[in-house]
Amino acid sequence: MKKIAALLLALVMTAAAFSGCKKVETASGSGETGGDTIKIGVFEPLTGANAAGGEAEVEGIKIANKLYPEVLGKKVEIVVADNKSDKAQATTAVARLIEKDKVSAIIGSWGSSFSMAAGDLVKKNKVPAVGASCTNPLVTKGNDYYFRVCYLDPFQGTVMANYAFKSGAKKAAIIQEVSNDYAVGLATYFKEAFVKLTGDPNSVVTTVNYNTNDQEFGAQLSTVKAANPDVIFAPGNFTESALVMKQARQLGITVPFLGGDTWDIDEFTSVGGTDVEGATISTFFDDSAPVTEEGKKFVEAYKKEYPDKNMAAVSALGYDAYLVIIKAIEAANSSDSTAIRDALAKTKDVEGATGKLTFNADGDPDKDSAIIKVVKNGKFTYKDTVTVAK
Amino acid sequence: MTLELFLQNLANGIAVGSLYALIAVGYTMVYGILRLINFAHGDIFMMAAYFTFFGVAVFHLPWYFACIFVVVLTAGLGMLIERVAYRPLRDAPKDSVLVSAIGVSFLLENLATYIFSGKPKAFPDFLGLMSTISLGTVSLQKVALVVPLVLVVCMSILLFVTNKTKLGMAMRAVSKDYEIARVMGININLVIAATFGIGSGLAAVGVILWGMKYPQVSPLMGVMPGLKCFIAAVIGGIGNIKGAVLGGFILGLIEVMLVAFFQPLTGYRDAFAFILLILILLVKPTGLIGEKTTEKV
Repeated sequence: MKKIAALLLALVMTAAAFSGCKKVETASGSGETGGDTIKIGVFEPLTGANAAGGEAEVEGIKIANKLYPEVLGKKVEIVVADNKSDKAQATTAVARLIEKDKVSAIIGSWGSSFSMAAGDLVKKNKVPAVGASCTNPLVTKGNDYYFRVCYLDPFQGTVMANYAFKSGAKKAAIIQEVSNDYAVGLATYFKEAFVKLTGDPNSVVTTVNYNTNDQEFGAQLSTVKAANPDVIFAPGNFTESALVMKQARQLGITVPFLGGDTWDIDEFTSVGGTDVEGATISTFFDDSAPVTEEGKKFVEAYKKEYPDKNMAAVSALGYDAYLVIIKAIEAANSSDSTAIRDALAKTKDVEGATGKLTFNADGDPDKDSAIIKVVKNGKFTYKDTVTVAK
Repeated sequence: MTLELFLQNLANGIAVGSLYALIAVGYTMVYGILRLINFAHGDIFMMAAYFTFFGVAVFHLPWYFACIFVVVLTAGLGMLIERVAYRPLRDAPKDSVLVSAIGVSFLLENLATYIFSGKPKAFPDFLGLMSTISLGTVSLQKVALVVPLVLVVCMSILLFVTNKTKLGMAMRAVSKDYEIARVMGININLVIAATFGIGSGLAAVGVILWGMKYPQVSPLMGVMPGLKCFIAAVIGGIGNIKGAVLGGFILGLIEVMLVAFFQPLTGYRDAFAFILLILILLVKPTGLIGEKTTEKV
């Protein structure tokens, strides 16, 4: 009997160990390590609240790896580590990639919080990281080793404020995921821009908070309902956001919901059902109208690999992050981390799936347009492309 | 704060509280009989959610059949866990059983992640309880009205079983002292297995209603409800069925009111539940209506 207990415990531990780090074979399937391969680490949430987002990014990275499996005549091996949608686990995952797997560069992570948590480690160990969809300004600020391929929250918040104002809203309510740096950032910049646009300092009638992993929003939504806004800006993780909207409709709140890029994923519409109909977001990429040749190539490969899936915009960003690193390795003509970093800093006009990428001094891309999508018949559909001067 | 808003929040609080109460009852039962804090209870709850998801969304069982299917399967899972992870440790120190419970909890979480992936799935509205009705200015989900009814029914059945049946008598005997109960000829394996079956079955009933309110299924969904219901059980007096119900309502109402009246403190909602737990343990460790247990020498 004791044996069974011991066996159970052993099972648990191995299960835990396996969920920590997964190696993905290169396209050609050779398991060689050492001199012939260059390792690129990926840390993404593959379990926990943000799992769907992390998975979507990894999909894009894998496709990029399939299309570009070699650089400098060496195979590129992707090592994926799960950060479990947790800030503490994010640092563990990155430490593991750097110390154990000795990766040359790192991609990740979905969720600015996790990227920021890993920032110090990346800097200290001088291993460059390229974020795919982490939009908070603080990810790259003051960190020479962090880059990203997506636009930033101030831009995204402004885009949505403009959209709300143009659609005739005079009063907005904000529901923010207060423990999520991304959501708080977006909400702050939305408020700033919205107040400026309406010229009314009280145009944001109420701001309510909730926590990551919360499931009960009745109290917050009752407050919002009492404030009677024209529109609700509710940036946050898609899991909670879908529930927020469901519960809002149940409380009889009928005004439109606006959000950010995090909602652009199948799970948001499948969990939200009819209650997320009409939800409007800004996002990075639309697979029905790719803007670059690289984008077309990517969409084609994606459709072939995942024929039944609606593509998430972050998949395209994952693809771009991989591409930028490959180009930097080529430019540096070396797999040395510091050399890659220096080459990354000089990234200019690299054609990615989401557009041409040029990094500024902070390591942020020079992007000035966002795509607006609306949920229609249970699917995000293209609405508009907005350009806002930064 | 207008009266309207207060009433709405009161309704919200009762809706949350009755769900906590329903799950806390299952928690408290296992503790009451075995003096074991079954940390895997929240994960059994999670597995029940997946059973419901597969029963309804994948196999398209009719609702009455789906409910029976989920409750029976979950009860079976609870009994299996008891058989494999707790019974072998029956005569081991209490700490070993606790560690085993935590192990089972991790095992279920990782197993679910491995099998079902970490991505959330939508909980089906197979009972038609997700829609809303308005009572004056107060909007409520239909499920919020059903939960207290189910709670009363479950509690009545449970109190009947423990107080009036032979099995209940055996349960009470085992809870007093299972060594003596065993010597007196009670089949304690059977009694304890039944306890786990009933407790897990209650978790299944809980999750069917929980899913109507929070329609999302994911491998870690049981962690917070598990902890909250443990806290609810402790507030009321762990091991006491009426106490668990009282604790559930108190916790649900306090949480909702905290968020409603003190907006800036929203982020500390979970922390507050734990502070409440610590306070209760410091001031009145037996809980509000728990009995004082005398230490056996």
